[in-house]
Amino acid sequence: MKAKLIDRRRFLLGGLGLTGAAALAGCGRIASSRVGQTSLQAGEDATRFVQRLLLTPQNRAREYPASALSTVFKPNGTTDPQDTAYKALAAAGFAAYRLKIGGLVEQPFEISLDELRALAPRTQITRHDCVEGWSCIGQWTGVPLSALLERAQIKPRARYVVFRCFDAMDDGSLTPARYYESIDLVDAFHAQTILAYAMNGAPLPVAHGAPLRLRVERQLGYKMAKYVSGIEVVDSFAGIDGGRGGYWEDNGYDWYAGI
Amino acid sequence: MPDMAQLVFRHPLPIRLAHWLNVVALTILLMSGLQIFNAHPALDLGATSNFEHPLAAIGATGETPDRGYVEVFGHRFGATGLLGVSRIGGQPTERAFPAWITLPAEQDLATGRRWHFLFAWIFFANGLVYLAYGLVSGQLRRRLVPTGGELGHIGASIREHLTLHFPRGEARYNILQKLTYLVVVLGLLPLQILAGLAMSPGFDAFAPWLPEAFGGRQSARTVHFVIAALLVLFVFVHVAMVLLTGPINQLRGMVTGWFAVGAEREEP
Repeated sequence: MKAKLIDRRRFLLGGLGLTGAAALAGCGRIASSRVGQTSLQAGEDATRFVQRLLLTPQNRAREYPASALSTVFKPNGTTDPQDTAYKALAAAGFAAYRLKIGGLVEQPFEISLDELRALAPRTQITRHDCVEGWSCIGQWTGVPLSALLERAQIKPRARYVVFRCFDAMDDGSLTPARYYESIDLVDAFHAQTILAYAMNGAPLPVAHGAPLRLRVERQLGYKMAKYVSGIEVVDSFAGIDGGRGGYWEDNGYDWYAGI
Repeated sequence: MPDMAQLVFRHPLPIRLAHWLNVVALTILLMSGLQIFNAHPALDLGATSNFEHPLAAIGATGETPDRGYVEVFGHRFGATGLLGVSRIGGQPTERAFPAWITLPAEQDLATGRRWHFLFAWIFFANGLVYLAYGLVSGQLRRRLVPTGGELGHIGASIREHLTLHFPRGEARYNILQKLTYLVVVLGLLPLQILAGLAMSPGFDAFAPWLPEAFGGRQSARTVHFVIAALLVLFVFVHVAMVLLTGPINQLRGMVTGWFAVGAEREEP
């Protein structure tokens, strides 16, 4: 409750402060200042707070009929990872691939693609909304993330699920960051949150994140990590890379991408 | 005018505050909205995007020198110097809307989204307070809802506007003003919020009927863009009318609340 109050106060103060300041000074300077950054984030806080109030586990993203499938599904983000280990796995049809599940769980385990395919699957035809503004409709088949988390038995301290990925982001640095993402347990246990190994009835193509990609249907595309190599259950992502819960989050995007 | 005029209290404080907060919020929403649009400068109808043949798009030909264009329904119009191509550091760069009208100025979708959503909340809260006040105080009905008599005079009012012969300083809005404000305040602005919400995958899971009501998410995005353009048009006309009907008096009215009413047209 306290956190909510602080969020609301931060939101109101931030809004009032910015409104006055924006009229007087250059908006660019506000956005790059520390106070400005904090104030601007108040919008995300408010959106997350309200959408979490509105959305119950029963609220699902619309599922479309097969006739609605997009003929061209634009791949988002990385489309061809250059990582050596990934290329070796891909060349062998991902036979040696093992998804690692660990962190704050009682039973860490590894699982192969064949074993994943043997679990009860879920297939859904959903709309993929990119943060840039475009949308495509695709069919995804995979394992509900909840099934894997239940098998691993998350510890009571667990708050987030972090997805580690094979793709290194070409950001011009000598040690490029690898893509990663995180969702909270509300989304992790949602019925439509799956780790997809098939798209439109065929094995997931490399451009769309082979061998395994996340689908979080109530959020934007960048949350749906591709080329997933491991799952880590954590109580905070403060110590991970930029500390904001994802590659794009570390580059200024909102962690909550429900809007 | 001033000799014969008498001051009337025209705009109560909540309405003045709401008005100026809206000026700030809508300006920021427009500029950050164009920043967001630049990330995918095309519009479509239906649920999904048509990357090959969008309904409308802003782009660059990629020639040397690069030329900007606007394409609508398959027809291409040159837009060099304004849209499609911007000079950035001396280099022609593909960019739909130029830096001077986007927030932030440089291409930065993440920050543009933060501005947009924060001020969307401010705009929404402002609208709720305005509507609550307007309903409870009766101001909304008094100011915006036309009476039968006023509707009967619509022809005369249209004539006044076309000939730019306005009655100087009337206490109440004329019929065209009332109808315009009614359409903007109770039509375009709420619709704009709904079209914006229809683009949110989270809100769509809560209200799956909303994007469908617009004909799909990409249709909602197109509606959002068109309404933004209509609001810009409204602001241009609104400011022009302020300039034509005594800008000092109009500004004093919206700043202090007091408005000079011409004696010859004074209403009982």
